[in-house]
Amino acid sequence: MTVLLLVAIIVAIAVAAYVMGRQRALSMVSGNVRKLHSLPNYYGWHAALMASMPALILLVGWLVVQPFVLENRTLAFLPESVTSDPVARKLTMADVRRVASGLDVAVRAGALSEEQASMIRAELTDIRARLADVGVALGSAVSSETLRAAQVYRAAALSGSTLRNILTLVVAVGGLGYAIWATKPAFRARNRVEAFVKALLIASASIAVLTTVGIVWSMVAESLNFFRQYPAADFFFGLTWNPQFRGGSELGFLPLLWGTLYISFVSMIVAVPLGLFTAIYLAEYASPTVRAWVKPLIEVIAGIPTVVFGLFALVTVGPLLRDYFAQPLGLGNSGSSVMTAGLVIGILNIPFISSLADDIINAVPQSMRDGSYGLGATKSETVKQVILPAALPGIMGAVILAASRAIGETMIVTMGAGAAAKLSLNPFEAMTTMTVKIVGQLTGDTDFAAPETLVAFALGITLFVITLGLNILALFIVRKYREQYE
Amino acid sequence: MTDISAQPMPSQSAAASIMVGSKGMKKRHAAEARFKAYGIVAIVFSLGVLAFMLFTIFNDGISAFRQAQLTFPVTIDAAVVDPTGTRDRNTMAKVTTFSYTKVLNNSIVAALLDKGIPQEKVSDKELGEMVSKSAPAQVRNMVLADPSLVGQTITISVFANGRIDGYFKGRVTRDTASRDSNVSPAQLDLADTLRDAGILSLGWNSRFLTNSDSSDLRPETAGLGVAILGSLYLMFLVLIICVPIGVAASIYLEEFAPKNRWTDIIEVNISNLAAVPSIVFGILGLALFINFAGLPQSSAMVGALVISLMTLPTIIIASRSAIRAVPPSIRDAALGVGASKMQTVFHHVLPLAAPGILTGTILGLASALGETAPLLLIGMVAFVDNYPGAPISGFFDPATALPVQVYSWASRSDPAFLERSSGAIIVLLVFLVIMNVTAIILRRKFERRW
Repeated sequence: MTVLLLVAIIVAIAVAAYVMGRQRALSMVSGNVRKLHSLPNYYGWHAALMASMPALILLVGWLVVQPFVLENRTLAFLPESVTSDPVARKLTMADVRRVASGLDVAVRAGALSEEQASMIRAELTDIRARLADVGVALGSAVSSETLRAAQVYRAAALSGSTLRNILTLVVAVGGLGYAIWATKPAFRARNRVEAFVKALLIASASIAVLTTVGIVWSMVAESLNFFRQYPAADFFFGLTWNPQFRGGSELGFLPLLWGTLYISFVSMIVAVPLGLFTAIYLAEYASPTVRAWVKPLIEVIAGIPTVVFGLFALVTVGPLLRDYFAQPLGLGNSGSSVMTAGLVIGILNIPFISSLADDIINAVPQSMRDGSYGLGATKSETVKQVILPAALPGIMGAVILAASRAIGETMIVTMGAGAAAKLSLNPFEAMTTMTVKIVGQLTGDTDFAAPETLVAFALGITLFVITLGLNILALFIVRKYREQYE
Repeated sequence: MTDISAQPMPSQSAAASIMVGSKGMKKRHAAEARFKAYGIVAIVFSLGVLAFMLFTIFNDGISAFRQAQLTFPVTIDAAVVDPTGTRDRNTMAKVTTFSYTKVLNNSIVAALLDKGIPQEKVSDKELGEMVSKSAPAQVRNMVLADPSLVGQTITISVFANGRIDGYFKGRVTRDTASRDSNVSPAQLDLADTLRDAGILSLGWNSRFLTNSDSSDLRPETAGLGVAILGSLYLMFLVLIICVPIGVAASIYLEEFAPKNRWTDIIEVNISNLAAVPSIVFGILGLALFINFAGLPQSSAMVGALVISLMTLPTIIIASRSAIRAVPPSIRDAALGVGASKMQTVFHHVLPLAAPGILTGTILGLASALGETAPLLLIGMVAFVDNYPGAPISGFFDPATALPVQVYSWASRSDPAFLERSSGAIIVLLVFLVIMNVTAIILRRKFERRW
């Protein structure tokens, strides 16, 4: 019985439970609903939940735990040399699983009988050839230990899933029985159901926290693994980034940090003035019609996927900058450069800054503008001397948030900035960022034991800490320095 | 006030009057005009770059929807494709595409002879190379599907080689062809003649939307089919994962949450997650869903889980503001007639907030559709030749997605793939426009002022 079928049966039991619970409640008061504590449907829901939830929880728990139990059982049949080494253990277990599932396929295809599958010996039969006949390809010949372990694994898996099916169904039927037994006119079914729904709501809300925990856990665990193989001081203060596949890599973080900051700096030079002036014009000068048209158009920029900007940088902006600026000025002949990526990220960030700044400027009370106009100031003087100072904390917050986005931006730099880690001041030279290297080290063939792969997790956690720090700083500035107007 | 007015006014000149502009005023007005101009320049620049970007992408990409095709009669030579003469599908399947290449080559040479087109400097082999390398397989599939074609002469339409296609789109010139080992200027001359003779034509290419990705050697057959299906799977899964959780979370936070530590932590987390770089979610997906939970790499399911976690804050924020917009009087009325808190929320508040939640969800999905970086890390950038299977097991098959396809084509060396990359963006943007327009229409239709 597959898990899917089991779930379907539980659902069927739950539906039956709903009908039965509702009927039971109604029959106990002989149809007089007013004598029930809750509406009849709640008794049905209560029965359905009682029948399905404990069984489903048991099933999920079993599915999580079973692989570990199986692995432990199987390890007893493997030689000591395999079980003591984590890498060998992992590989052998993968082999065992593959052989076991191969045997399953063979039994299903009729190439082996169930008895043969549990009895055959590697010394007597060529398992690999037998399995290849039914379409299961194995990498290498099967050793007798592996085969033995696979057979134990199969047997344990089989008895495990039988036990699981029986237990789950017993719990489901038991839950149903309890619900029917508990259904009495005075039973507070609605409160039970509502408590359950509320628990679901709380669980959903907690997923955000779980995600953060997951992010930190996943990166910290692998980063610690990395720092065990590569000294942290060399990582954080190294000036060379030169990963080698044969070991002996130099994984210095500073060139990547420099590239990241340089590109973000260029992008901010583009985005801050353009975004701010856009916001000021829209908030203070534009007529309602112009505003109604231009504001959504600017926000279209924010709705375009970053990979589109990446292609724009790669195909259009890069060659343009190279042909008209870099080469005539003798600053290099690379299409992908700090300038390319910075410019394009800057454009991407314009709507971000402008819409945040727009909101903040609009939040400055009209009375302050009126006061300024009343003293004879022009509009631009009012903006410069009254509105901007009042809105400054909020605008600073917006700018910091935009910087954090620029630092974390991936696709544009992957396609437009280049892959060479360099410490250089020339903005027309290709440089690379932390995000590019995360993508580079984690795509393609990866070996999760090598520092060259694990460094990506260290980069990831550094990136996470930097962006989180900037976000908190932005929040802090806004909270601390915001002027309170009623 | 009296003190000030008692003092003599700072006298400027006799002509100083409110009616006549002073030098200072002129300067201030110039500054004013300049300041306003900066704003206009900023807006014009931003929108100009946007327009320029869209223009270049459409300009490059629109040609991906047109493809050079060769139409000529092909004689399916029974001696080659069915040497045993049994017309049995299984024995015919033993004949490889290599034999079909011969069939095609012979046919196109014959077609030229028939039309009286001089072949001049192009050898028979080179002429055959002008046909796409995908054509033999195409003919083979046709024959295997319908063995009665053997021995007949059928007129078929096959793709021309990517370089020939590039020539008609201006990507390949005689100059580059002379330095290119894959195509010669003589072949280009012949291509011109073939076009005049009506054998070669540049037509609408629906296979760009249905084919799967192809290897570096045959850019002409690369299509978006797998990517579009993968993106649809992704969006579907994100929808069914994200919406229930997001709405439940917002209901809790807006309607039930007490003011305590835990809800504070949740709130801070949600706003922080919204600002975490997308690549970090990719690392999370790789470590948690692939390495730890053992879900298959590059599957739509893993992609959807990662993107759901990313989209959740967006949907929660949108749903919360929709729920908050329902006036308290509705709740008071429901509670007043004896509904429980839960009944109030589910029977009254949620239906009224539904349009707002829907709009927010569509916008959240639209941004999820364009997400690329996390998908790269979970392996969706890998070359996927086969369509993923039907749901549910298909959710665990290797797939790719539209934005990832854009990236992987852009990183190929053959410029023919750049055109396809831009073409893929056009398809992606069409989807985005549809989603956004739907959201706007929904908002207009259901917008309610209380």
